[in-house]
Amino acid sequence: MADAPPMFEARNLARHFDVSRPLLQRIVSREGKRTLRAVDGISFAIPKGTTLSLVGESGCGKSTVARLCVGLYTPTAGAVVFDGRDLAEARALADQRRRMQMIFQDPYASLNPRWRVGDIIAEPIRAFGLIGTRAEQDNRVAELLTQVGLSPLDRVKFPHEFSGGQRQRISIARALSSNPEFLVCDEPTSALDVSVQAQILNLMKELQQRLNLTFLFISHNLAVVRQVSDRIGVMYLGRLAELAPAETLFRTPRHPYTRALMEAIPDLEMTGRERIPVGGEVPSPITPPSGCAFHPRCPLANDRCKRERPELKPAGDAMVACHAVEEGRDDAMPMPAIVRSAA
Amino acid sequence: MSNTPPLLEVRNLRVEFPTRRGTLVAIDDVSFSISPGEVLGVVGESGAGKSMTGAAIIGLLEPPGRIARGEILLNGKRIDNLRYEQMRRIRGREIGAIFQDPLTTLNPLYTVGKQLAETMTTHLPIGPAEAKRRAIEWLELVGIPAAAQRIDSYPHEFSGGMRQRVVIALALCAEPKLIVADEPTTALDVSIQAQVIALLKTLAREKGTAMMLVTHDMGVIAETADRVAVMYAGRIAEIGPVREVVKHANHPYSAGLMGSIPPLDRRVERLAQIDGAMPRLSAIPQGCAYNPRCPQVFDKCRELRPDLLDAGTTRAACWLYDTEAVRG
Repeated sequence: MADAPPMFEARNLARHFDVSRPLLQRIVSREGKRTLRAVDGISFAIPKGTTLSLVGESGCGKSTVARLCVGLYTPTAGAVVFDGRDLAEARALADQRRRMQMIFQDPYASLNPRWRVGDIIAEPIRAFGLIGTRAEQDNRVAELLTQVGLSPLDRVKFPHEFSGGQRQRISIARALSSNPEFLVCDEPTSALDVSVQAQILNLMKELQQRLNLTFLFISHNLAVVRQVSDRIGVMYLGRLAELAPAETLFRTPRHPYTRALMEAIPDLEMTGRERIPVGGEVPSPITPPSGCAFHPRCPLANDRCKRERPELKPAGDAMVACHAVEEGRDDAMPMPAIVRSAA
Repeated sequence: MSNTPPLLEVRNLRVEFPTRRGTLVAIDDVSFSISPGEVLGVVGESGAGKSMTGAAIIGLLEPPGRIARGEILLNGKRIDNLRYEQMRRIRGREIGAIFQDPLTTLNPLYTVGKQLAETMTTHLPIGPAEAKRRAIEWLELVGIPAAAQRIDSYPHEFSGGMRQRVVIALALCAEPKLIVADEPTTALDVSIQAQVIALLKTLAREKGTAMMLVTHDMGVIAETADRVAVMYAGRIAEIGPVREVVKHANHPYSAGLMGSIPPLDRRVERLAQIDGAMPRLSAIPQGCAYNPRCPQVFDKCRELRPDLLDAGTTRAACWLYDTEAVRG
């Protein structure tokens, strides 16, 4: 996997937001500035033609990573490298910008309601000046609509005439219209019904194979992530807790948070079985706990976890940021039921 | 279905929306019952009518929606034809409601303790001091740490998971016999969701409360419900014990719906998918509403609408289970 240079790389990526109160109020109540560390130093690489997924609960920073990766946010520290070029440099070139596109979560908010579907899909083609004549543009739009399972006749309609699943297909067609190689998908199916979700996931897999696309896939749903990913990163409070090949992660999850997350998911196999909730809640990223951010909820936490922040270290073919795993204390926490029953 | 008389009985419910372009039928001929202590899950895609069935039961249908036919009985007494004031007394006292978004359920201008206490003094024969004592008890019961201090907090001071617990406490504090929970965990993260579900289950078991749980999350249904009703285009497609419906669905639609859920325990190359989309209310096909998408469709399905038929382990609205049907 490491032979070819990766299509996409995040190096020590961080994004902090200033969430301080207005200056006058700060002076009156004598408080300092407050920073929200949405993403706090994460690194990963995505080889061409593969999918990396980031999972985690809300507030863990996964959507911020997505936005950093396409340049909608500029990083506070670290760098995004796209095909060997720094993103800031690549974004300045229209030809490079064209190669990456994003699919958003809410297909009701991401399509302009006043534009016809044909114009929505043709916009990237026109903006990048990819196809000159109107007739050829129309042909390309028709081809894209067919590719995502809609009818070429749909191009004269408006977004409100479509259901959520069809709208997400339109978003995909728009993203594909500039012939991108890298797609960032931020929760592309979480606003959809399961039956529609299956259609969209199948479509995305098909398109990936046919067009050799590289995906960064953001989701909170582990079952969905298992179906689409080659590698998976589990995020907690702005950092990666674990980064592993998809099958490794589901066969032997190492980080206590990954295990707890898997244990907490309801599953069809669950009829009549109790699931074990992760205790407590995700702490505030403005005042994260000392040491390992997961230690207040972790059954394996000890003094070192409270003091010292763990770094991602290799454990088998995974990378895990956990003192307990490093010290070999992780056997004390049982594997999630879903892993035990599969074994 | 069981020996105990049902707590809630819905008979041939039909909900209509008069519009300028004709009457839309949102719910058509829906019948089911829930026994004390039982959890009935109601699943289906958006627009299938699950939330509206819940709204009809608690008497909060959005106008111009109205119950056009059928009856709803609570403890054998009709509640669908009550006046607003009478229904208001039943809501809270006898039927508790939990909605998806905890922020819209709670009044932002009152403290959590005041809202709980007010609900109890309205519905139960107790005074303010007793109500406050019980409010603290309820907050402790739903797992809010330092309840005695937090009772004077406002809803915005709680996190999402905590707020949904407050909503649950609010729905339960007048000790209703029936809870209608509409997507109670959808806005929550999995770890918080698991806590809330565990809480609802324990309370239902200990207090013998019956529950109608409306959700599109089949995993939540699988672990919580005793029986499941699958809705499609305003009707019940299949109803039966949770294990049977989830694992061995008889109706082609429920089978398709269950098949399209991505499994957590293995990777599949291609997920099973139901092609097409649910019809709009204004264009429900003749015969079985599912027939244009059904892989096992035959002539009769295109002409006549099936009622719920005995399909062995469950009841399914599908001509496949009509003993007299001639397959064409």
